[in-house]
Amino acid sequence: MAALLLRDLKLSVRAGGGALIGVLFFITVVAVIPFGVGPDLNLLSRIGPAIVWIGALLSALLGLDRMFQTEREDGSLDLMLMQEHPLVLTVLVKCLAHWIGNGLPLVIASPLLGLFMNMDEVAIGATMLTLLVGTPALTFIGAVGAAVAVTLPRGGLLVSILVLPLAVPVLIFGVSASYAAVEDPAPFLPPFLILVAITMFFAVLGPLGAALALRNADD
Amino acid sequence: MRLIAENLSARRGEDLIFQGVSFALSGGESLVLTGKNGSGKSTLLRVVAGLLRPESGTVTWQADTGDKGMRAAEACHYLGHRNAMKAELSVHENLTFWQQFFGHSPQGKSLSVDEAADAVGLGDITHLPFGYLSAGQQRRMAFAKLLVSFRPVWILDEPTAALDVSAERVFTGLIESHLRNGGILIAATHQPLGLKNAQELKMAGFAGIAEEVW
Amino acid sequence: MSESLAITKLSDLANPTRFLGLASRVLPWLSAVTAILFAAGLYLSFAGEGDYQQGLTVRIMYVHVPAAWLSMMCYTVMALSAIGTLVWRHPLADVAHKTAAPLGAAFTLIALATGSLWGKPMWGTWWVWDARLTSVFVLFLMYLGLIALNRAMDDPGKAARLCAILILVGFVNIPIIKFSVDWWNTLHQPASVIRMGGSSIDGSFLRPLLVMALAFTMLFFTLHIAAMRNEIWRRRVSAQRRMAARMAGDKPGLTTEMST
Repeated sequence: MAALLLRDLKLSVRAGGGALIGVLFFITVVAVIPFGVGPDLNLLSRIGPAIVWIGALLSALLGLDRMFQTEREDGSLDLMLMQEHPLVLTVLVKCLAHWIGNGLPLVIASPLLGLFMNMDEVAIGATMLTLLVGTPALTFIGAVGAAVAVTLPRGGLLVSILVLPLAVPVLIFGVSASYAAVEDPAPFLPPFLILVAITMFFAVLGPLGAALALRNADD
Repeated sequence: MRLIAENLSARRGEDLIFQGVSFALSGGESLVLTGKNGSGKSTLLRVVAGLLRPESGTVTWQADTGDKGMRAAEACHYLGHRNAMKAELSVHENLTFWQQFFGHSPQGKSLSVDEAADAVGLGDITHLPFGYLSAGQQRRMAFAKLLVSFRPVWILDEPTAALDVSAERVFTGLIESHLRNGGILIAATHQPLGLKNAQELKMAGFAGIAEEVW
Repeated sequence: MSESLAITKLSDLANPTRFLGLASRVLPWLSAVTAILFAAGLYLSFAGEGDYQQGLTVRIMYVHVPAAWLSMMCYTVMALSAIGTLVWRHPLADVAHKTAAPLGAAFTLIALATGSLWGKPMWGTWWVWDARLTSVFVLFLMYLGLIALNRAMDDPGKAARLCAILILVGFVNIPIIKFSVDWWNTLHQPASVIRMGGSSIDGSFLRPLLVMALAFTMLFFTLHIAAMRNEIWRRRVSAQRRMAARMAGDKPGLTTEMST
């Protein structure tokens, strides 16, 4: 399984720079917001955490559809389905690799975007922390969408449509926790812990659903 | 050590592609599927490999040692039309990954990555990215994947497509030594593989119309 | 593939031909009951006087609340059928959840539209991000996603299994979405403008509401059985067309003559 993680990481670095495109998209989305709402720094700092989160959510969807599709196209998926390793575990490892390759760069890029949005240090730190905890959930739930659409040649858009409604709770608690860290009366921990719980829940549900879908995708 | 298929049938849409296919292979035996394109050779192989659910029938694997609950698929190597290798990774990285992912089987001897590449006659170029290789070389390297981790059953779908005669001879040699070591082979092929004592199963395609669901 | 007696019996009951027979016998009765219930429900809704606060607009409730309730019941029906698809692999279960999805989307749309119409006089705006409306809206998006996925795939069996997985994943998620939207709502807004708790409704509103809810439920079952029947017919037709195509392929040489 370590071999699979290592291979997927190597691929994410070498193949077409998927991670780079995700981060570029993230930066671009956040950068166009001020053109839409105006350069009012107070407004930007107020909506900043939300914009950064939405940008990360959209960027996280970008590479999802390729998660299993590349494996299917070159036949590797067949061999993975045949092994004695539980398929759920294989999917979980692929999710982790996908997150390290595509999700983690978003988390690392987020402080820079926080500066663009005139957020203060606490807000930037809180947004980064919630992204760190929340983006894996997006990958896990996205894996289900990716597995369901694995046989569709142009499934990318469909994956986003299927995944976004399910990602609403992650967005809500991620943004709530980020705001709670900045605004005084609201406590930070409850939404943050719920976000952790959602991520752990999806870490189970996502690979289970994705493995089931992959087994059913080919006959 | 036996691979037993009983009364297999599979369908595509309403067509039954084949029906009532049964065979039993023990160590050292081989089965060659022949027939025209679309006659269901690949489908049968995928059913045996556990990648397609048969409409009826079962594939079972009886190992010599205990371990009763093993799925037949876990005893198999499957080489399909696609090579299951990543163009971006070097040949060595590809083979090392599959060796680790397949794991070490206690029953038989596995070759190291370099030995396997030597065995298919391409020992010098394992450092190159897989995508740089020609179609024939890629096929040979995909074959080397079968050698890096031992599996008693080899399921090969058109293994010699895109290969010249000398490479074919290499493949035949490797398959024969696998059979000598007590392995089992099931292959679908256009060209005769030149195997002695191979059972042959002629696939006709379209075995009839499946029982109406509706 | 070991089949226990109970399962074969169940699949016997769910045999498509028997289902068609059952449907043709049940449908007229169901339609009649639905029509009568709607007549009674609509009469009761219009006979009752308006609420002292909301005036006559309260009558929208008699459509809105049943539609919202059905939008959730329909998803439950789909989740049950999805289990049927995945566990027993029965084609009738495939048909059941495939045909339920557009119905669910339609009822959800009715709930959203009437909610919006109700909102205009009550809240002074067509749309508020009220917790209920928002979660119903997310449900609506899920229905549309499922329909889109089902349409994107050619092989009906595969489409049914993959949709079933997504339906179940969504079903598990609905409580989480509901909970998070409620949380989000209390964070951003004062409590909902209207509380529709069962106990706070006066009896004179409750009676027409219950009759209408029953009428809508019957309407759903009528439409669902009819839609399933249509889908089975559709699949029979396409199976026969494919058969015809294959028969034509077996007679080479005649094809040029036939094409005129």
